[in-house]
Amino acid sequence: MLGRLISYAIGGVFVLTLLVAAFAPREAVVEDPNHALHKYPMKISWAQDGVFGTFDRAQLQRGFQVYKEVCAACHGLERIAFRNLVDIGFSEPEVKAIAKAYEVASIDDKTGEASTRPAVASDYFPSPYPNEVAARAANNNALPPDLSLITKARQGGKDYLHSLLVGYGQPPAGHEVPEGLYYNPYFANINIAMPPPLASAGQVTYAEGQPEPTIDQMSRDVSAFLDWAAEPKAETRKRTGVAVMIFLLILTGLSYLAYRRVWAELKSRGAH
Amino acid sequence: MSFPWAKHYEPSHPFMKWVDSRLPLPRLVYNSIGAGYPVPKNINYWWNFGVLSGFALVVQIITGIVLAMHYSANTLVAFDSVEHIMRNVNGGWMMRYLHANGASFFFIVVYIHIFRGLYYGSYKPPREVVWMLGLVVFLLMMATAFMGYVLPWGQMSFWGATVITNLFSAIPVVGNTIVSWLLGGFAVDNAALNRFFSLHYLLPFIIAGVVILKIWSLHIPGSSNPTGIEVKGPEDTIPFHPYFTAKDGFGLCVYLLLFFGVAFFLPNALGHADNYIPANPLSTPSHIVPEWYFWPFYAILRAFTVDFLFIPAKLWGVLAMFSAILLLFFLPWLDRSPVRSSNYRPTMKWLFVLLIVDVIILGWCGGAPAEEPYVRISQIASAYYFLHFLVLMPLVSVIERPLPLPNSITEAVLKGKDRDGAPIGMAQATNATISATPAE
Ligand code: HEC
Ligand code: HEM
Repeated sequence: MLGRLISYAIGGVFVLTLLVAAFAPREAVVEDPNHALHKYPMKISWAQDGVFGTFDRAQLQRGFQVYKEVCAACHGLERIAFRNLVDIGFSEPEVKAIAKAYEVASIDDKTGEASTRPAVASDYFPSPYPNEVAARAANNNALPPDLSLITKARQGGKDYLHSLLVGYGQPPAGHEVPEGLYYNPYFANINIAMPPPLASAGQVTYAEGQPEPTIDQMSRDVSAFLDWAAEPKAETRKRTGVAVMIFLLILTGLSYLAYRRVWAELKSRGAH
Repeated sequence: MSFPWAKHYEPSHPFMKWVDSRLPLPRLVYNSIGAGYPVPKNINYWWNFGVLSGFALVVQIITGIVLAMHYSANTLVAFDSVEHIMRNVNGGWMMRYLHANGASFFFIVVYIHIFRGLYYGSYKPPREVVWMLGLVVFLLMMATAFMGYVLPWGQMSFWGATVITNLFSAIPVVGNTIVSWLLGGFAVDNAALNRFFSLHYLLPFIIAGVVILKIWSLHIPGSSNPTGIEVKGPEDTIPFHPYFTAKDGFGLCVYLLLFFGVAFFLPNALGHADNYIPANPLSTPSHIVPEWYFWPFYAILRAFTVDFLFIPAKLWGVLAMFSAILLLFFLPWLDRSPVRSSNYRPTMKWLFVLLIVDVIILGWCGGAPAEEPYVRISQIASAYYFLHFLVLMPLVSVIERPLPLPNSITEAVLKGKDRDGAPIGMAQATNATISATPAE
């Protein structure tokens, strides 16, 4: 009996405290005017979508070209090694040639002085700035993030990325864009420090037989490429997953039959 | 062990005879999960979740040990080492996704297991110790998962750890000292990461130990069953093997289908995008949330927004959050009803449904930003949570009139109505048929 009273008392105190809090008047919230302008990413369909979807290698190569010629000026891709490009359809000699065009930090093996050397296939993509201070100094005090994980590190992933890249526009009347920032309703803060990186069609020249490099096309291609870069093992994962599921479906069927069989005798006895 | 009619282990092979007479391990296995353990024949699929929880623990231990071979617990390289596992270690992505999603599925299974216990009154005598050991496992799991989530050293790892360890600063006088003692410093940093890894590796083995104690104490009275009445004789039970090994085998396959379906095709659906951004103590994410399995408790924590009775809001939140879990230890005494199964408790059955709805609402608020209307909803829902366990449950248990119980499990099975809880075997439900009447 005493126990029950203690329990009612404790319960009563918690409930009372919560009801006091629930009925306490709220401070008026100042609605952030940017909130109403914010847009959710567009829904885009991608070759790599779905259980059986695979990356479109030609698209990834075009996307790589956009990254290399446009984004790499400001953004690193530090978790991708040149050798990884074999996965998106480049041959080994092509990869060597791509790597050779980059200079990476090194140590002179005679003097021990810091120096540079042409990259080899096992090197990782060098970042455009030596450190964060330099990156901020060059970008109006904003930090361009490394892009190797960007589609996993943003809600909406590649859809968000594409929406962001094509989403620049004129601010609505009454919205003041601060000096040095650009209006982009897909960005969380609405005003982004990145100048529109894809500003005109034909900014990148695609090889013969590839689609027109419109802004939309370049944006889709680089987004698909960065989606691959965020998880180069995604195709392997899904392929393994399909095999695992097929195996498990069969096993589930068999285990169900085994279960029924073991229990059949019990049931026929009417015991269950 | 439990019942006199349990089969005895008779080793047939000379080798097993040899082993068993020197180390009776085969006998132990036979009596625990073999033909020597008689189980009520009417248990339903909700009884599969105990075995599934054990399996989920084993998956975490195996994938975790492999991850630990490549993981590096140092703030400078922890994030990179996880990405190294994802990109360069053979099958590393699989180990990590199985481990990260395995933690979520472990909680799904354990939550179902706990609610099973609530519905069928499994916490009542004589299984109070089983119930309490289960709660110890639950608490250890929460600690383990919390520390595991810090290891990849992403933004949510860092800020989640900062918010949660900061809770202890609400304790009067010694709060801040406790926080720095827990962290090994004034903020979440290398010392904290290192000890979290050490403990994250240790705790699962302690969990395994507690699970063994739990099964040991379960096998004294044996498993409960959907009618909640005790086993009366050999006709009420069937041996664990082959009947429940077969049924659990099937259950396990279904579980694996769901688990692997998520781990291979939606591996990041249950996680938070911000944890793919390396930890940065200088940049606070716009809203900090723990993993989904903590959301109901996080909602209770944040529901306390006013200082009241000279206790600051933050301390209320911490007290309430811990009470929300610790009160479960007292259920065997809070619920006085002699009837275990809610199938025969017309009022409790509905309260159970309301509780599930309430916890889901709490979970939804816990994952949402601390804004209106979520705060007010979580205040009402938290109030109902405490009302349910501390007021309604003890009250209803003494005033409710249970439906008549069947005379035995076998009778219930023959009537075939054990599941819908219709008044079975209209026979008078005397106290004699209610075997476990808690001593008043
Ligand atoms: C002139 C330098 C520059 C170029 C070129 C550039 N960016 Fe950026 N980018 C930035 C800066 C600066 C930021 C940080 C913006 C901020 O925080 O406001 C940024 C931010 C981003 C973000 C993060 C947005 C977020 O949600 O936080 C993405 C994604 C991005 N850039 C993608 C790209 C892609 C893809 C390209 C190539 C098509 C590109 N950028 C080219 C400077 C650049
Ligand atoms: C009770 C069982 C366990 C639970 C609930 C659990 C939970 C978790 C969680 C939630 C994470 C973060 C996952 C992520 O987002 O990446 C994690 C990471 C990790 N766990 Fe465990 N774990 C358990 C057992 C173990 C064991 C036995 C080991 C062995 C040493 C281990 C080693 C690791 C390592 C090395 C990481 C970091 C790598 C990573 O982030 O994926 N875990 N754990």
